[in-house]
Amino acid sequence: MRPRISRKAFAVLAVVVCLALAGFASYYASRSPDGLNRVAQDHGFDKQQKDHAAGDSPLAGYNAKGVDDKRLSGGLAGVAGVVVVLAFASGLTYVVRRKRDDEPQD
Amino acid sequence: MHIPDGFINAPTSVATAVVAAAGVALALRKAGRELDEKTAPMAGLVAAFIFAVQMLNFPVGAGTSGHLLGGSLAAVLVGPWTAVLCMSVVLITQSLLFADGGITALGSNITLMGIVTVVVGFAVFKTVVRLMPSSARSVAVGAFLAALVSVPAAAAAFVGLYEVGGTADIPLESLVAAMVGWHVLIGIGEAIITGLTVSSVLAVRPDLVHGARGLLTKGPLELRSGLSAQARS
Repeated sequence: MRPRISRKAFAVLAVVVCLALAGFASYYASRSPDGLNRVAQDHGFDKQQKDHAAGDSPLAGYNAKGVDDKRLSGGLAGVAGVVVVLAFASGLTYVVRRKRDDEPQD
Repeated sequence: MHIPDGFINAPTSVATAVVAAAGVALALRKAGRELDEKTAPMAGLVAAFIFAVQMLNFPVGAGTSGHLLGGSLAAVLVGPWTAVLCMSVVLITQSLLFADGGITALGSNITLMGIVTVVVGFAVFKTVVRLMPSSARSVAVGAFLAALVSVPAAAAAFVGLYEVGGTADIPLESLVAAMVGWHVLIGIGEAIITGLTVSSVLAVRPDLVHGARGLLTKGPLELRSGLSAQARS
């Protein structure tokens, strides 16, 4: 139970794995409805679904708008998502930790 | 399990938004103590990993798929409060940028996938780790079982929510059977992914696994002390 790679190497490896999964492997994911969508179809309440307010967003449905090649379009959307989530969560963590330094009583 | 707009009525959506906001606000106050200088970068990495793996729907039979939810995985790797934040970041990004999960359903989705899975998963994990001998294997087994239980738990919570505020009249028993049935299968996939991921991190950087903190100070686990695995940290 001791570290075998440096923290920096771990972080780089983790980011590479995330980019590979979202940017490449995602093309091979199942396109069948997920559990909830399947149940909604079987019970007929899928018809209640309303159009998504962000349905015209450039990344809606995990496809980069304007990119015709399916593999590239999905891959780009996945990579963009990883970058955004990484930045968003890291930024939030930074703020949470800084706030804590300011208010040591909690 | 991303709920789209239109499945849950407005008053119930407002109620779950309040629950989600309260949960996230509490997590913002408490997460700081889970993260030190060394483990803080884990939060971003865990959120990014969950986003990536959520794209990888796996077939569970009969034309149905499932994907990782990730609440248990996050709770074991970074602690439950930080896990709520990681899950919320993923769900907000998916809804606003990828149109996955309704915007009016964001509160419901954060409540089910960001809070219920974390609370149930972490409770199962703690129980298993307490009952088993203190070892890396117990942490991996605990993570596996936490994930296994957390997915049908979230599905059952969805049914509860749907009973209160669903926009269609669906008989309770058949909805429970269908939701829990499919999500027991999806939970097996969740458990495998969670167990493998936690084991992998334990193998290379056990000190970065929140759920394994108690292990590192104990002597008998120094199995590789003779090897030249001295990593700089």
